[in-house]
Amino acid sequence: MRTLFKLTWAEIKLFIREPITVVFTLALPIIFLVVMGGVFGNAPSTEVYRGVGAMNYYMPAYYGLIMMSIGTVALPVHLAAYRERGVLRRFRASSFSVWSVLGSQLMVSFIIALVGSLLITAYGLLAYSVDPPKSLALLAPAFVLGTVSFASLGFFLGAVLPSTRSAQGVGLILFFIMMILGGAGPPPEVLTGALDIVGMMTPLRHAILMLQDPWLGFGWNVNASLIVAGITVVSAGLAARFFRWE
Amino acid sequence: MNPIIEVEHLRKTYGQVVAVDDVSFHVAEGEIFGMLGPNGAGKTTTVECLQGLRHADSGRVRVIGLDPNTQAQQLRRVIGSQLQESALPDRIKVWEALDLFASVTPDAADWRVLLEQWGLAEKRNASFGNLSGGQRQRLFIALALVNNPRLVFLDEMTTGLDPAARRVAWDLIRAIRDRGTTVVLVTHFMDEAESLCDRVAIVDHGRVVAADSPHGLIAQHAGQVCVIFTTSNPEIGWLGQVPHVQKVTRKGPRVEVEGTGPVLARVAASLVEHGIEPSDLRVEQPSLEDVFLKLTGHGVEE
Repeated sequence: MRTLFKLTWAEIKLFIREPITVVFTLALPIIFLVVMGGVFGNAPSTEVYRGVGAMNYYMPAYYGLIMMSIGTVALPVHLAAYRERGVLRRFRASSFSVWSVLGSQLMVSFIIALVGSLLITAYGLLAYSVDPPKSLALLAPAFVLGTVSFASLGFFLGAVLPSTRSAQGVGLILFFIMMILGGAGPPPEVLTGALDIVGMMTPLRHAILMLQDPWLGFGWNVNASLIVAGITVVSAGLAARFFRWE
Repeated sequence: MNPIIEVEHLRKTYGQVVAVDDVSFHVAEGEIFGMLGPNGAGKTTTVECLQGLRHADSGRVRVIGLDPNTQAQQLRRVIGSQLQESALPDRIKVWEALDLFASVTPDAADWRVLLEQWGLAEKRNASFGNLSGGQRQRLFIALALVNNPRLVFLDEMTTGLDPAARRVAWDLIRAIRDRGTTVVLVTHFMDEAESLCDRVAIVDHGRVVAADSPHGLIAQHAGQVCVIFTTSNPEIGWLGQVPHVQKVTRKGPRVEVEGTGPVLARVAASLVEHGIEPSDLRVEQPSLEDVFLKLTGHGVEE
């Protein structure tokens, strides 16, 4: 347990010292928010954004975006680089357990997702007077499940992608596909045909629905949360199956 | 003394490549045990099998009474390990790494002391990525010792250290042994094995060719002492009759006398008796290098 906490604290410090990941994970959603807010504002719409204001729509959607960027880029690249450079080998030889290594990454992911979400919420409240979440009690479990799900996906990608380069390549492709088609880019209503089908296949689409419904007052989205839970179980199982120290 | 490591017929292959063919040895508690051999001899694979980092194909291995294949995690907690190919995150600071690795065991050493001992106090707040090769090496040794291990594996620990730092490292390793920690040292440096190790196993092509104290290996496999001097006196045929002398060769004024045991004293006395008093009389003791050459038929750097 002591190692888990020490490692988590060390990883938080390492995250802060790595400007690229900080910008990519924390600043990018704010930049999107500024651009989207500037273009669409927060007036309720009848055709797109599920009938709510764009900023109200994007607030929980960007929660999902942050979790997704951790799961597709930050975690896989981090783990692949650790394996490639022999950091995992070093940890293992000093009897660090796989649970403290992955557990610390999960905790760091959760903290980063939380900080990132609070930042965009603060910006949304100040700049666009977004409506606060209708049900915090339902948003909280959705937030936890979403973070765990994308962290598991990150563990899986980090386990199977053999090198830092491949993790960066695959991670960025997944990031952009999910961002554009998963509901964190253009409103899903404007996506038609194949684009919509691909969008429905991205984990992000369901994570966003799971986060949006409690926020916008639509209650708990059972379907979306079951899909997200399923993705979590499958990713975690595959990650455990394919995890390699070296 | 009880063996802390027992290895019997260890074998490890990677596909067609035989990394460790058939290795058997034991290490007594409290000694510095060296594994000496050229690169690719199977030393690193052997010690990785002993730490449970690799699974041997066959053979029986016991380390501190534990089986590295099935009790690896338990074993790694009580051993220290300095690996050849490993790294830390670039941006972790020296003190953070020591503090982190110390958290693995409840009875860890005080890492501040290790920081001083291994000359890293000034680099306390430096990032791993900014350390020189020698500083990284010293940090890895400190990390290997931070859990107060009963047994520590050091794989090419002085690679990348400058000569002065190597001497300091040797002294520190002796100090570790004197405190009761057993040390397994993988090296391809002859002088390191000879001056530091209580016993040495010579490893070549995945096999242990010989294992004994450096002194014992030399006495058994390269007992010849060579006495060298120069003289203008052409009449030295009588040297062959001096006790303990086995062979006399002469190239111009330079004379080489090979022999065993007290050959130097005998030759010196006879020279004085015959009125020859060379000012450059010297003796070359056989070294581990000679043993290595004799046993393997090649140098360690090949």
